[in-house]
Amino acid sequence: MARKKIREYDSKRLLKEHFKRISGYELPIKSAQVTESTDFNELAEKEPWLSSSKLVVKPDMLFGKRGKSGLVALNLDFAQVAIFVKERLGKEVEMSGCKGPITTFIVEPFIPHNEEFYLNIVSDRLGCSISFSECGGIEIEENWDKVKTIFVPTGVPFTSEVCAPLVATLPLEIKAEIDGFIKVVFTLFQDLDFTFLEMNPFTLVNGKPYPLDMRGELDDTAAFKNFKKWGNIEFPLPFGRVMNTTESFIHGLDEKTSASLKFTVLNPKGRIWTMVAGGGASVIYADTVGDLGFANELGNYAEYSGAPNEEEVLQYARVVIDCATADPDGRKRALVVGGGIANFTDVAATFNGIIRALKEKESKLKAARMHIYVRRGGPNYQRGLAKMRTLGEEIGIPIEVYGPEATMTGICKEAIQCITAAA
Amino acid sequence: MATGQLFSRTTQALFYNYKQLPIQRMLDFDFLCGRETPSVAGIINPGAEGFQKLFFGQEEIAIPVHSTIEAACAAHPTADVFINFASFRSAAASSISALKQPTIRVVAIIAEGVPESDTKQLIAYARANNKVVIGPATVGGIQAGAFKIGDTAGTIDNIIQCKLYRPGSVGFVSKSGGMSNELYNTIARVTDGIYEGIAIGGDVFPGSTLSDHVLRFNNIPQVKMIVVLGELGGRDEYSLVEALKQGKVTKPVVAWVSGTCARLFKSEVQFGHAGAKSGGELESAQAKNQALRDAGAVVPTSYEAFEIVIKETFEKLVEEGKITPVKEVTPPQIPEDLNTAIKSGKVRAPTHIISTISDDRGEEPCYAGVPMSSIVEQGYGVGDVISLLWFKRSLPRYCTQFIEICIMLCADHGPCVSGAHNTIVTARAGKDLVSSLVSGLLTIGPRFGGAIDDAARYFKDAYDRGLTPYEFVESMKKKGIRVPGIGHRIKRGDNRDKRVELLQEFARTHFPSVRYMEYAVQVETYTLSKANNLVLNVDGAIGSLFLDLLAGSGLFTKQEIDEIVEIGYLNGLFVLARSIGLIGHTFDQKRLKQPLYRHPWEDVLYTK
Repeated sequence: MARKKIREYDSKRLLKEHFKRISGYELPIKSAQVTESTDFNELAEKEPWLSSSKLVVKPDMLFGKRGKSGLVALNLDFAQVAIFVKERLGKEVEMSGCKGPITTFIVEPFIPHNEEFYLNIVSDRLGCSISFSECGGIEIEENWDKVKTIFVPTGVPFTSEVCAPLVATLPLEIKAEIDGFIKVVFTLFQDLDFTFLEMNPFTLVNGKPYPLDMRGELDDTAAFKNFKKWGNIEFPLPFGRVMNTTESFIHGLDEKTSASLKFTVLNPKGRIWTMVAGGGASVIYADTVGDLGFANELGNYAEYSGAPNEEEVLQYARVVIDCATADPDGRKRALVVGGGIANFTDVAATFNGIIRALKEKESKLKAARMHIYVRRGGPNYQRGLAKMRTLGEEIGIPIEVYGPEATMTGICKEAIQCITAAA
Repeated sequence: MATGQLFSRTTQALFYNYKQLPIQRMLDFDFLCGRETPSVAGIINPGAEGFQKLFFGQEEIAIPVHSTIEAACAAHPTADVFINFASFRSAAASSISALKQPTIRVVAIIAEGVPESDTKQLIAYARANNKVVIGPATVGGIQAGAFKIGDTAGTIDNIIQCKLYRPGSVGFVSKSGGMSNELYNTIARVTDGIYEGIAIGGDVFPGSTLSDHVLRFNNIPQVKMIVVLGELGGRDEYSLVEALKQGKVTKPVVAWVSGTCARLFKSEVQFGHAGAKSGGELESAQAKNQALRDAGAVVPTSYEAFEIVIKETFEKLVEEGKITPVKEVTPPQIPEDLNTAIKSGKVRAPTHIISTISDDRGEEPCYAGVPMSSIVEQGYGVGDVISLLWFKRSLPRYCTQFIEICIMLCADHGPCVSGAHNTIVTARAGKDLVSSLVSGLLTIGPRFGGAIDDAARYFKDAYDRGLTPYEFVESMKKKGIRVPGIGHRIKRGDNRDKRVELLQEFARTHFPSVRYMEYAVQVETYTLSKANNLVLNVDGAIGSLFLDLLAGSGLFTKQEIDEIVEIGYLNGLFVLARSIGLIGHTFDQKRLKQPLYRHPWEDVLYTK
């Protein structure tokens, strides 16, 4: 869904491939990807430059400030690169508050250089903004006043005239080259449905632009237009987002269906768990538990929408209930089965899957002293709610059931009261 | 972008990509509001033309269907709203052509997943030409008592519950379509109801923004207060903050931005809506709520308190005398659809068809209760499928194998038999496969191919009544009936039909009992004593052995066996088998490009 970060390796792959298609000129970019499964001998055979040139190696993990964090090694030979990678592969690092293991590296030729240029393109509502600076590199933030920015409205052709303010102060001998480079990159940006692209820095090798560091984001809803152009593209999870087995199971389920199934564990020891219909409503339920002061007890974020079928809901609900009922500690817990008033989803039908899962997990629910709170409206909601009430009596688990007459998040308050009440 | 009302009680729309339910919901809403004209003027269904029948109240109306956007706009020049139900792949292209029509003013795009760059083209075009885009990724919007887009506001019950059939005083705009329905309900509970509600959609760049609609509501005199439900991600709420700060919005604004929970996530998080992504601090729900509060909007402390502040704001307006009391009307009753009424258990209706052999309503089709996947996974053959669909039970492997052998043996009998001949003649007349096949099949009957059935019937009758072969054959002779299954054009007593021998050998090896076959052999022994060509032929062998299959398997009651023989199942076996051959003859003639067949004069005896 929507804007997705891609690895530096893929950004450069797309740049090289399509720069050539668009301009006829091949950028001399060389880069290799190293992961846990990389066989260094095989890689060296495939990319002979690895053995013949001095190299740069750095993590390719969607986070920046790698230079400042000492994660970039320069001027190494291939054996040294292998050692550098070996020492760090799978090791956890912390970047701006997110912790996670490093799983992917990018290796490139070491390019000694003097000039460091900055180029950034961002897609915006009414067009794209393009920023450029001749003082790029690690100190870009300190030199922010030297960054020039133009805005290219949607549909306006990107001519040298439009580009002029960016390159006005460049020395004559490189101006035309950089002007041409920016124009091709911008064409490529639009042609490949990039939403963000940054080179910090790019330099000149033999007078030709050469990106040293690059970041990119693609609009993944445009995948259907770009299957061929993007090739075998990877959309990695944000850095620090490590899925546990239950989360990956739901993620896999989500990718197989046209419906939407989301599940994130926030606190495995939390005592309030949610299973909410609808993209908008699910966020609000999680918000409300937090806004009422019980963020620390919120077990998860969970959303199902887009009319999943009964079987999908069943599998989904099983996972949520398993997590919610893990390691009973004798204290009460609450499961919030929430949702707004649906426009067209058949409430009774989606509830069937949840009810089946609740029945299966009866003993686990009892062991965890689970109290269930239900609120939902929409087509056929009366039947869905009636079934939920009957279920409560049938399996002997406390279930409170509300329809559209009640406020949507009233059950969050009840859930909080439940877990805070004595015994 | 328009600066005031988008819709009225006479607004008509063109609906792109026919969907029965949302259109019917729009028409039901129209009827509920007492509209005189339906709000859908025409439907565009690429590649189709004609009419679609839908209900307008109790009456059925025919709504014209056009194959192109241009044709629909030309036919309905007063329809100025374009409701686009195209898929995310084609939504952008159809929306841009709609925007280019001079008669279209508003385009609503329902699809989720329209590429950002495509939406940006739409935004640019709409801005340059003073048009409005609602969506993508939205349910639409509603002007209470006037006009409703597609599925907005859900069921009729909900629309009545939320009093959306008549205008109230609240303008509402949200990103989420699902939440818009929830808020219609909330707002109806604590105010005099919605005047207009719009869901702009959850994308990063929606076609029109929260602030676009707030500013528009500010210009609509009937709107007295404005409710906004924003979301983390993006900066749209800040345009609203600016507008509030600049005093461009003079009516009270009650706002809440959802997504405060994003800070509970350890890494960057993408929620259900494409636009709902945690980014910088400015894009957080907390920052936006604070900015709106600082700019003068009424912002609660949590969503749970949203309803209370909406109530308070409305009551203050009432106290200030700014709200004219709404004249309550009772909306007409909408006749319930038969399907809905049945589903809710209110009425029952007789069915017109009964079926017991297969069911295609579940996850996958079932043959007599066996799902298609098990049929494939367990390596079932055609014989097994026939036992399921014809006999409604799984038969043992030897039975299904026997059925398969019968089919193989009967699949074809050369080009000269009447069925194949007819097929060949038809194929050569240039007719299609089905015509050629059925012209051959139509010859099957008492003289061609019917012998298996008859053989089974007569052998069964004679054996069950305990007739000796002598009594049987002689009684048939008396009635002037040739014994079916006996006699061959070429084969003789000393030159048996190889196929018959194979069948008999198979049955002797595998069948628990072959008493009907033994009886047929005794009959043959007697007939051979009369003439050397009166051998048991393949029809007689299949007919008698099928009786053994039914009786010997122990899976059929006597009554069922009688019925099977009576209905003529064995003829079905022949029809099925011979279709294979007839299809082959059709293909053969087509491949050989044979010209029209004409029977030669020389071969006809012309006589008086």
